[in-house]
Formats: sequence, structure tokens, C-alpha cells
Amino acid sequence: MSPLLEVRDLHVRYEARGGTIRAVDGVGFSLARGEVLGVVGESGCGKSTLGRAILRLVEPAAGTIVFDGEDITRLDRRGMVARRRDMQVVFQDPFGALNPRHRVGEIVGEPLVVHRVGDRASRAARVAELLELVGLPPDAARRHPHEFSGGQRQRIAIARALALEPRLLVADEPVSALDVSIQSQVINLLSDLRARLGLSMVFISHDLSVVRHVSDRIAVMYLGRIVEIGAAAEVFDAPAHPYARALLSAVPHVDPSRRRDRILLQGEMPDPAHPPGGCAFRTRCPAAEPRCAASAPALAARRIAGAPPREAACHLLEAA
Amino acid sequence: MAEAPLLAVEGLTVAMGGTPVLEDVSFSIAPGETLGLVGESGCGKSVTALSAMRLLPHPPARVLGGRILFEGEDMLALDDARLRAIRGNRIGMIFQEPMTSLNPVFTIGDQIAESLVVHRGASGAAALGEAARLLDLVGIPAARGQLGRYPHELSGGQRQRVMIAIALACRPRLLVADEPTTALDVTVQAQILDLVGRLRREMGMAVLLITHDLGVVAETCDRVAVMYAGRIVEEAPASRIFAVPRHRYTQALLRTMPAANPPGRRLPSIAGTVPPPGARGAGCAFAPRCAAALPRCAGELPPIAGAPHRVGCWNPAEAA
Repeated sequence: MSPLLEVRDLHVRYEARGGTIRAVDGVGFSLARGEVLGVVGESGCGKSTLGRAILRLVEPAAGTIVFDGEDITRLDRRGMVARRRDMQVVFQDPFGALNPRHRVGEIVGEPLVVHRVGDRASRAARVAELLELVGLPPDAARRHPHEFSGGQRQRIAIARALALEPRLLVADEPVSALDVSIQSQVINLLSDLRARLGLSMVFISHDLSVVRHVSDRIAVMYLGRIVEIGAAAEVFDAPAHPYARALLSAVPHVDPSRRRDRILLQGEMPDPAHPPGGCAFRTRCPAAEPRCAASAPALAARRIAGAPPREAACHLLEAA
Repeated sequence: MAEAPLLAVEGLTVAMGGTPVLEDVSFSIAPGETLGLVGESGCGKSVTALSAMRLLPHPPARVLGGRILFEGEDMLALDDARLRAIRGNRIGMIFQEPMTSLNPVFTIGDQIAESLVVHRGASGAAALGEAARLLDLVGIPAARGQLGRYPHELSGGQRQRVMIAIALACRPRLLVADEPTTALDVTVQAQILDLVGRLRREMGMAVLLITHDLGVVAETCDRVAVMYAGRIVEEAPASRIFAVPRHRYTQALLRTMPAANPPGRRLPSIAGTVPPPGARGAGCAFAPRCAAALPRCAGELPPIAGAPHRVGCWNPAEAA
């Protein structure tokens, strides 16, 4: 079956005071139907911009996005608005995303009104169904966002995102603002919805253990590029790219048996307006060689000792 | 404890605008020891640290009872001059958001030198020389040249390093760190925690680490105190509390973490939400959410008892 989403050589640029920032710099991947792709990386790596660009909430400078066989980068505004029925997004801050003056029923039902779905009565019925789906009481429809806790507000945002039965959900740090005990409830909700509705997801987070838990595959980003992508268990258990290795080694664990030898990186991420030439990670890479400055390594299948080849962008890993 | 504690908090009870937010909180820290204070939003961990430093604004905050002994002196009985002589000198402090703690109109050199001039009577030139040495110590290289920079010119990780340099300028006996790495990326967090650990060993400094991140606590602390709804519910050596948590809240919290569960599996969750201050009832505040609650739990407050593993629960998990 063809993938639900295919992103090819996507570029997003921002003009900033210091110069042009290539927030997304040649990203490509595909997402199968029903699959969850986790996107991880640190501040400024471009993961949130990538999520927005997939929905054309920011306009790509170049590249193509094929959704269900259709190149959506060619759609005009009206065509795109219609297409977004199938592509929805949930953000980190559930309060900032909900209009405080509106009742929850209006918020959840708004996409139905915008897309002229059904009449007043059928929309009210759909809202009730959605609230039940995300585990909120029926009387929630008559209340305002401030009457709810952070976890409940995220449920409201998820209910709204699901109103039009999308096939793709881009979830950008959906549980990062929530306490641990509430986080697990929302993660369970997303898993249930995926199973019941066959949702595909791009799950963006800086929290590696959350991403590991929900994803089938994981993409690791650094300075606008995917440096490694593969099956979640493979990337997580045996990362190949030196940045992915350092990133995963930095995660603190409660369980002593999960701790790895920490690879402390020197310095911080370079200014994204002036990334290093060649491999962008070479200035912090513990294994960098002269050839790393000469050219940017391609994201391609590379040999890994004792494991199937992995897609990684590193000159030090031999092409498979 | 063989040695006299450096900091001993005894029966601390604090109210905000008449509502108790902290009740009967007791713990101590030995010289050179690291104690982690953990819990979810609103549990009172930051209020505990701020009131121990007498940094809570009053009104609305009021200490209703208890003592805070630092090197044998009761912090609550000190006049402002004596308090200033201790804070920033014998006790250093770092907070989550370094940008709001640093003064935007002064150079970082001046801000580090200030505490040396104020507390140690150093001359301007000597203080700046020491500031350069401290910046070098916290990993901001070419320190002399950095002294003239302003906070906005630095990255988040660098600002937190500057905060640490300020906190350590007078070689404090105790460092109070309130979510010091929460705003930072995980590879930068690893650098900062490594730095604090190294300085602690070199200077024999004790640390009170306040965080919601159980992984960070597990990897950095000697002992851990878990707070829930304004009280400490369990306290034990770090290796013990994570291996055999006895309080039902600690146990549930650890079980809900994605890393503690097989990927993709439904996460255990804690029903309900944390009761707000003023609605915590007479018994154990966790009782309404507790799967192991007994009839007496709702009405009778369990005393916190045991050593070295203290737990406040009528029906604790087996010590194993």
C-alpha cells in the first residue's frame, strides 16, 4: 500500500536578523497508514517547523509533500483548507490553543462549522460523541476552558483535532506541559485513538522516553536535518549516528540498568543562521575527521555492526 | 546521622492567603549531601525551598510553624542583615529560568563580581579576576573576554552556567537548585548536572535539588524526599526509594513513567487529580486516588515514620 504521507527534500527558511535560517534543510521521510513516526531533537533542530510545514501552516521554500497520493504543495489556499480535514494538529500548550471565551462545545464543534458538516443537531451529537471519546463528561460542552485542568484541556484540544475524522495527526509536544501522572493518561488516550480510528501520527517531542513508548519509527533531527531514522527499538537501543548516541546517552533513568555511559557533548548547538559547513554536527562530534568538513553526509542506508543497515547521515558509517 | 545536619527543616507549615500550602514538612541535609525534593506541580516543593531561604513574599505567604536551622541558626529568627550575610554567601541559589534571575542591564562579569564585593569585601579588580576564574570553572571558555557580555547575548545553557558561577562565587556550604535544568535541552542538562556534581565533590558542598524529573533525581541524589499535596510522604536513600518505593503515591508515580513500561503497552495511570490547597481533607491527601486505601485513610493522617526509609502511609507496600 502506498504511504499516507511522503515528504521529499523539504526546505523551510526563515529570514532572521543574523541571516537566513534553514529551519528545515532537505528533510525526506514517509509515513505508512496507521504508523506513528516520532521526531526527536533539541531546541532549534527544526522538529516543530517540520510539523507545521507538513500541514503547510508554514510555507515550505522547496520540496514536495504528498498526502494520500496528492501533492499538497501545489494546492491553492482553498484546496489546502479542504485538505486539512484529513490533517490535524495538537500543540503543547492546551490553554493557548483554546479560546477562553468560548464554551468547550463550540471549540470542539468549530471545525464542523468551518467545514459545513451537518446541521446544528447533528453537530451537537458529534460533539457529545467526541467528548466521550476523549474521556470528558457530557456536561463539559457547556463549560469554559478555564474550568478544566491541564490534562483535560489537552483532551479538549484532541477532541477538536478529531472532529473531522482526520487520517493524520501531527502532535507537537502534546504531553510536555503535563505532570507525569496526567501524561500517562493522555498517552493512553492517543494510543486508544490510534487503535480505534486507524490514525497515523507524527509525534514530535523532546522527551525521548515518551517518543520511544508511542512510536513505531523514530527520526532524530539536528540543525534542520534528519541524521538518523529507523525502527524505534533499533534507533533507541543502538543509535548509530554520533549525535543520536550522545542524545540518548544524556537521558537520565530511574532504572540503573537502563543507564548508558554518558557521552558529554562540548558546547551547544551552533547558530542556525550560520551552521558549520559539511556535516553540521562535526563541531561537537567526538569522532569528527577532516572529511566531515568537506561535504554534508547524505541520509542513506549504512552498515551497523551486528544489526541490519540503518538510515543515517554520517561519513564515519560505511554505506550499505 | 553522625554529623550535625547543615540544614534542618522541622515541622515547617506555611499558608498562602490563609490556605495551608505546606504542612509539617521536616527534612535535613548533612554537609556534602545531595537531597532531592520531588513531586508534581503544586506539591509544595518550590515553596519549601523558597520558605527555607525566607524568599517567600509575605503577605500573602505566612509561616505558621516550624524551624529552619542552617548551621544551627534559625533562619526564621534572623534579621534582614544577618539573612543577607547568609544568602548568596553560605547558601547559593539557582532557579529554573536564568533569564529572569539575571539583571539584563549589567554585564555577567559585574553580576558575578557583585556577590564577592558584597559578601567578601573584595576590590573591584580582584572580584573581576575571580569572576573570570569562576566562568572558566563552569565551562564558559575564554572567560576574560566573556565578562563584558550581557545576559541576552548568551544561550539558555550559558545563562544557567552564569547563574551557577554567581551561586558558587562565595563557595557556599549549600546550593539550593530549583528545577535548574528543566528549561534546558537534554544534552545541555547532562553538561550542567555533570558540572554541579563535579563542583560538589571538589568543594564539599551540599545540594538541595528540587525537580519533577525522577530520572534526574535518581542519577544525582544521595537521598530523596517525595512530596504530595504539601507534605513529605516518603523519604529514603535514592537507591532504596526507586528500587522499593513504599508509599502508594511514589509507587504509582514510578509505574506511570513510560520508561518503566514496555513500549506501546497501556500505561498505568493514577485516577483523579491532586486536590488543591484547602481541599485536602483530614486524612491522607492521596487516599481518594489510592488503589490500596483503607477505610481509615480518608479520616486519619498517617504519621511519617521509619529510618532510614521514612514513609507516611497506613498501608505501605512491602519493604521487600
